[in-house]
Amino acid sequence: MVRLPYVTALTTLFSYGLLFAFGQLRDFFRRILDAGKSSNLKGYAPICLGLEDFYTRRLYLRIQDCFGRPIASAPDAWFDVVERYSNDSNKTLHCTEKTSKCLNLGSYNYLGFAAADEYCTPQVIESLKKYSASTCSVRVDGGNTKLHVELEELVARFVGKPAAILFGMGYVTNSAIIPALVGKGGLIISDSLNHNSIVNGARGSGATVRVFQHNNPAHLEEVLREQIAGGQPRTHRPWKKIIVIVEGIYSMEGELCKLPEIIAVCKKYKAYTYLDEAHSIGAVGKSGRGVCELLGVDPADVDIMMGTFTKSFGSCGGYIAASKEIIDHLKHICPAHIYATSMSPPAVQQVISAIKVILGEDGSNRGAKKLAQIRENSNFFRSELQKMGFEVLGDNDSPVMPIMLYNPAKIPAFSRECLRRNVAVVTVAFPATPLLLARARICISASHSREDLIKGLEVISKVGDLVGIKYFPAEHEKATSVEKKLKKLHSIALFTNTIIQLLLLAAGVKEES
Amino acid sequence: METVLPVANATAAALARVSAMFNAPLARAVVFGVHIDGHLVVEGLLIAAILFQLSRKSYKPPKKPLTEREIDELCDEWQPEPLCPPIKEGARIEAPTLESAAGPHTTVDGKEVVNFASSNYLGLIGNEKIIDSCVGSVEKYGVGSCGPRGFYGTIDVHLDCENKIANFLGTQDSILYSYGISTIFSVIPAFCKKGDIIVADEGVHWAVQNGLQLSRSTVVYFKHNDMVSLANILEKLTHGNKRTEKIRRYIVVEAIYQNSGQIAPLDEIVRLKEKYRFRVILEESHSFGVLGKSGRGLAEHYGVPIEKIDIVTAGMGNALATDGGFCTGSARVVDHQRLSSSGYVFSASLPPYLASAAISAVNHLEENPSVLANLRSNIALLHKELSDITGLEIASNILSPIVFLKLKTPTGSAVADLELLEIIAEKVLKEDSVFIAATKRSSLDKCRLPVGIRLFVSAGHTESDIFKVSESLKRVAASVL
Repeated sequence: MVRLPYVTALTTLFSYGLLFAFGQLRDFFRRILDAGKSSNLKGYAPICLGLEDFYTRRLYLRIQDCFGRPIASAPDAWFDVVERYSNDSNKTLHCTEKTSKCLNLGSYNYLGFAAADEYCTPQVIESLKKYSASTCSVRVDGGNTKLHVELEELVARFVGKPAAILFGMGYVTNSAIIPALVGKGGLIISDSLNHNSIVNGARGSGATVRVFQHNNPAHLEEVLREQIAGGQPRTHRPWKKIIVIVEGIYSMEGELCKLPEIIAVCKKYKAYTYLDEAHSIGAVGKSGRGVCELLGVDPADVDIMMGTFTKSFGSCGGYIAASKEIIDHLKHICPAHIYATSMSPPAVQQVISAIKVILGEDGSNRGAKKLAQIRENSNFFRSELQKMGFEVLGDNDSPVMPIMLYNPAKIPAFSRECLRRNVAVVTVAFPATPLLLARARICISASHSREDLIKGLEVISKVGDLVGIKYFPAEHEKATSVEKKLKKLHSIALFTNTIIQLLLLAAGVKEES
Repeated sequence: METVLPVANATAAALARVSAMFNAPLARAVVFGVHIDGHLVVEGLLIAAILFQLSRKSYKPPKKPLTEREIDELCDEWQPEPLCPPIKEGARIEAPTLESAAGPHTTVDGKEVVNFASSNYLGLIGNEKIIDSCVGSVEKYGVGSCGPRGFYGTIDVHLDCENKIANFLGTQDSILYSYGISTIFSVIPAFCKKGDIIVADEGVHWAVQNGLQLSRSTVVYFKHNDMVSLANILEKLTHGNKRTEKIRRYIVVEAIYQNSGQIAPLDEIVRLKEKYRFRVILEESHSFGVLGKSGRGLAEHYGVPIEKIDIVTAGMGNALATDGGFCTGSARVVDHQRLSSSGYVFSASLPPYLASAAISAVNHLEENPSVLANLRSNIALLHKELSDITGLEIASNILSPIVFLKLKTPTGSAVADLELLEIIAEKVLKEDSVFIAATKRSSLDKCRLPVGIRLFVSAGHTESDIFKVSESLKRVAASVL
């Protein structure tokens, strides 16, 4: 959890208050200046009324250059960031032709498959020539190729479940599967910090949604007991089914889910579990099989495991792995399977090749090396940052590490200063995080070498000093400051001693003479 | 008379005594300078009684929360339903497996077939130039983009693709989405919130319905492609309603309906929209690159200036033979989506090779407008050939590349209809090596239009292909129906 010092909280609130006040002032003047002009809406209601887009107009646009930076090369360990300029204080940004080579600490490239790979890319190009870029058809009509069937079997084997089903986009996987599993009369209990796709899916399903405190199995048990005893709202009929949705690694906190405890609670109360492993599949675990392997949970205990191919496999799309009956049922009913274009064949081939590399089935040990590399890199980076005095969230072994910034002015300061020194970081503020808890999020990759990480640490340390985000100076720094104080006292004592001696000598000389 | 008088005298004397008592100086006590009359005592007692009753709580049976043991018992007794219901016997789940590119001729389960199940309208699958540009992209950028648009997932090909589409259509700006169906169900909730009014066609496909449900606005459906029904509903909604100035109002239609092959009459819709001040959201997945003299879509087909349509969305998985989707309109419309559209902000961006495929496809369309003429002649030929088929009739528009065949005499249940159509599709594939698809419906879909067989005509089909499919269908339909 985040330890927020009082002074920091107060100053952050004050900063937001000031920004809000200035925003209102500018809106006021804008209203006066526009009162004379006739509106060009001609009777249509405006797209955003009143304060709906206040945050966008008055806060986000001022620091717009920190977000959405275009790149001109593959998102590998080093990439080219396109430079942009603005003529009207960040309201519109224009790209230039110049690019600057920066260290990439922001892309989701956990195993280094983002750039052209020696094993994967030739196979992808071959599948492009054979199957072309798209099948132009839904999976149930004419979009089912041999590659799709092969990948479903491979994913099921990799994750440790009997069967799997593919979708072309990770976001759609969540929003279209949850309504197919539970409808009106069911209950969804989801973690309070779940991703937007899960929230949308839960809302679209028509079931009742309850939230439990982030990563707190005791509170989950409380909520379960209360809900089962109470039944459906108003009618008090018993619930048809209860699904608990958690994520493997939470992308804004870098924390691992407390999976064994949550599974134990769910088993006790006969609730179904749905695990979203978007960030953890391929990135954690001894052989890359995700949070279940890392925490020692049997995949058969989790009812439905969901994941995406965007982060660790360098492709696009998502999958659901579960028992054969559930997958057959989903193939029959899930709208994303029946109405959506099937996954692009080259992307499917990329995932097949990536999984083969991870499992070692391509005949080399690159997979094992990559997995060891990312674990080593994450642990090294995290411990170094903590030694420097930054407030870093997240558990050990997790490749996602947020560094707390808190103050809204530090967000663009950190981002721009790092970019000036050729390090590209991602800063996140409201609404992706709570208002007071803005942060910079680092994503480590297996393709970062030790020198890259050391350079990154140097730059972040320097910028951290400039911006003032080293909230918890470490112990040995305190010790050195004590030493420094002692040294100072010592030198003052020596000095005073010398002066007294001189005075005494002068007096003595006087006395003598 | 004699008894009455003494009684009357006695009563009068008694009354006089009582009144004397009341008027006696003793009763006239003076407390703190205030004269206390007798009636004040009675009133005081009444007020005391009322206050006493008011101060007592009304009787409620005591509420006891459930004890831990009772909750334990309830939890033990509760039995959930199974996570998925058992599948019915004989339900078809596995689709035929393709072993080569889904062009006009493809290989299914080992044999060569003529392919009418892929919406490859311009025949761009297998096009050499497009594949070369994709190969170049894969070598330069890798396959995936590894990040959402806000966090280093914006690659220069995305920006080029957005500019290209905006220039092609003549709008101010456009925005790319990473998946076809996520386009429409992210756009609608970005603009329509709780309290807004949406008027939508009842035949819109599932993705649009999902967007309408996620937006939580008030949705009113009008009869499929019926402008009279639309006009009536618009009139009813705006009649006498003074608050309509502040409420956002939208009409959602598709250019070519996936569920029926009909084409929306855009000129009539624009006339109604301007009269009643609604904004139009037009879903052009199947008409972009197909309708209009140069393939610019429904607006060009009807000669309506593109500025009059507020929001145009399209999936690129059809004519452009790539994946993903885009949304275009005025600069205000597009800018608003960059921060408030969930499918754009919270999802990884489109793989760069698909964006370069889109750019090459639009280039190809600009340079070779003759493919549209091929497509139109193929559709016309197919219509002519299928006009005398037994048991099925064409329900789609003559210009639509989706040729929709529905049963002349439906059995009454959509499931039974679908069974018949699937039998026809299987027989056609097995006996004549023609690959077609019957429309499958998910049970979560609210559309009630009839099911049918959809034939996707492509500009890459030759005349012999068209003859083959029509003969095969006629033969099988005559034998089955």
